[in-house]
Amino acid sequence: MAIIETRDLVFEYIRRDEEGNVEGITRAVDDVSLSVKQGEFIAILGHNGSGKSTLAKHINAILYPTEGTVWVDGMDTSDDESLWEIRQRAGMVFQNPDNQIIGQVVEEDVGFGPENLGVPTKEIWERVEESLKAVGMYEFRKYSPNKLSGGQKQRVSIAGVIAMHPKCIVLDEPTAMLDPSGRREVIRAARALNDVEEITVILITHYMEEIIYADRVFVMDKGKVAMEGTPREIFSHVEKLQSLRLDVPQVTMLSHELKKSGLPLPDGILTTQELVEALGL
Amino acid sequence: MSIILDHVNHIYEPGTPMAHAALTDINLVIPDGQFIGLIGHTGSGKSTLVQHLNGLLKPTDGVIYYNGADINGDGFDKKELRGKVGLVFQYPEHQLFEIDVFTDVCFGPKNLGLDRKEVELRAYAALKQVGLEDEYFYQSPFDLSGGQKRRAAIAGVLAMKPEVLILDEPTAGLDPKGRDEILDQIAGLREETGMTVILVSHSMEDVAKYVDRIIVMNKSRVMMDDEPGAVFRRYRELEEVGLAAPQITYIMHALREKGLAVDTDITSVEEARDAILHALAAQGRQDRGVGGSPC
Repeated sequence: MAIIETRDLVFEYIRRDEEGNVEGITRAVDDVSLSVKQGEFIAILGHNGSGKSTLAKHINAILYPTEGTVWVDGMDTSDDESLWEIRQRAGMVFQNPDNQIIGQVVEEDVGFGPENLGVPTKEIWERVEESLKAVGMYEFRKYSPNKLSGGQKQRVSIAGVIAMHPKCIVLDEPTAMLDPSGRREVIRAARALNDVEEITVILITHYMEEIIYADRVFVMDKGKVAMEGTPREIFSHVEKLQSLRLDVPQVTMLSHELKKSGLPLPDGILTTQELVEALGL
Repeated sequence: MSIILDHVNHIYEPGTPMAHAALTDINLVIPDGQFIGLIGHTGSGKSTLVQHLNGLLKPTDGVIYYNGADINGDGFDKKELRGKVGLVFQYPEHQLFEIDVFTDVCFGPKNLGLDRKEVELRAYAALKQVGLEDEYFYQSPFDLSGGQKRRAAIAGVLAMKPEVLILDEPTAGLDPKGRDEILDQIAGLREETGMTVILVSHSMEDVAKYVDRIIVMNKSRVMMDDEPGAVFRRYRELEEVGLAAPQITYIMHALREKGLAVDTDITSVEEARDAILHALAAQGRQDRGVGGSPC
């Protein structure tokens, strides 16, 4: 069954001048129909302004469609009655860790979500423990969040979402502000959630090497889904991605260049290991 | 002429139980015109270091010289220093505030006390330097896209005509093309004007592509200070401190381990391609690919 489904989704931002008159309309999402199955790891790529964040905000009903419909776990997001249910099923983590942590102590912050859902106290603590363990932050449960690194803060943010027992988690550029080890930590945590807890992950990123493990990739451009496929299929189109202001991982680029120079390599090489093997070494 | 840091220390909240060292015994010489990459994990002291270079923070002890003068000495004109050492903060677009892009860029040079004509000429030149077209000049900065806002904010600093430009994560959150465009423009500008550029970045690929010297910070100290090839050669040490080498470096090491004679100091895709083709040819195995003569 689809955990997320959109049909003919359109979203328009209306710009107004100081008097409130309409100055212009920007169509940020333009007729998008897609379906994500429970347990999939989905990546969304797209240049700045391509509509990917706007699309993501529909998944936990921060934005409502101008036209068309979005269903989360079978519930229509424009139905106000299901709002809290939807936000519990589909959690969201944003770019800046400092904007989304509110607790004075890590475990308090993680408990905030389930507490708001009215979960009994004993169960809140169980959920806090399991969520922090799932992202590898349990040993930091008594820390003040401002003593943590960026990657650790983002993992706490993710734990805060998991504690609400969602079926789906949307990560909107969670690594944009992190150093290389912070990026690795966050991506590893996201993959573990997907593999072990079978939570559907939707990852939005500008770092191409982060998405090679995704089941499927959507590439957005001008509000539409311009490409869809496995990472290998997507990264086989180096020139097309570049024309969409994107890129491929360095190993894919190198393989592509070697192929252009005449070496018989397959398209869409994703890891160093694959390149070594393809070169027959 | 140059920037010299002589035994610079900085301690946050000294004399309290919260005291901790953000900079410990920093000694650096930054000559004119270098393109420097400053890397280090979150909390390593990078941002504290760059805020010392234009006098926003004062060292707890040690001296910083700008063109031979102690910037924290009596009678040193800090305002002039801030015109000469331009600092572009992380997410500089959050600091845009004027009614239109052009007025916003004028703010810096106006504060330098220049006359109106000079201010406007500089603003115009700076906007051109970052590649913003005339059509955006009289739009509200808040109506621009993320990449355009970032450019407008950088133009605001360039309009002060700095001799040293410091950029703290200038490409965070930008798409790959946007990253390349901004860094290409900055590299071009440096060629043109000869200014010094210090790039603080978490992207090892970006650093490898542009800079000629890398300073690695760890736990408030300078851990390495060398050219990119030499720094990335020590990738295992970099990993221990939360950093990494560009993916290319790992590829070259893996190929070398498998017996392909390639230079492991390579940091760009083009160099890697040429080195691999060359090494394969030397191994007499090129026939597998381009139909050259088998050995």
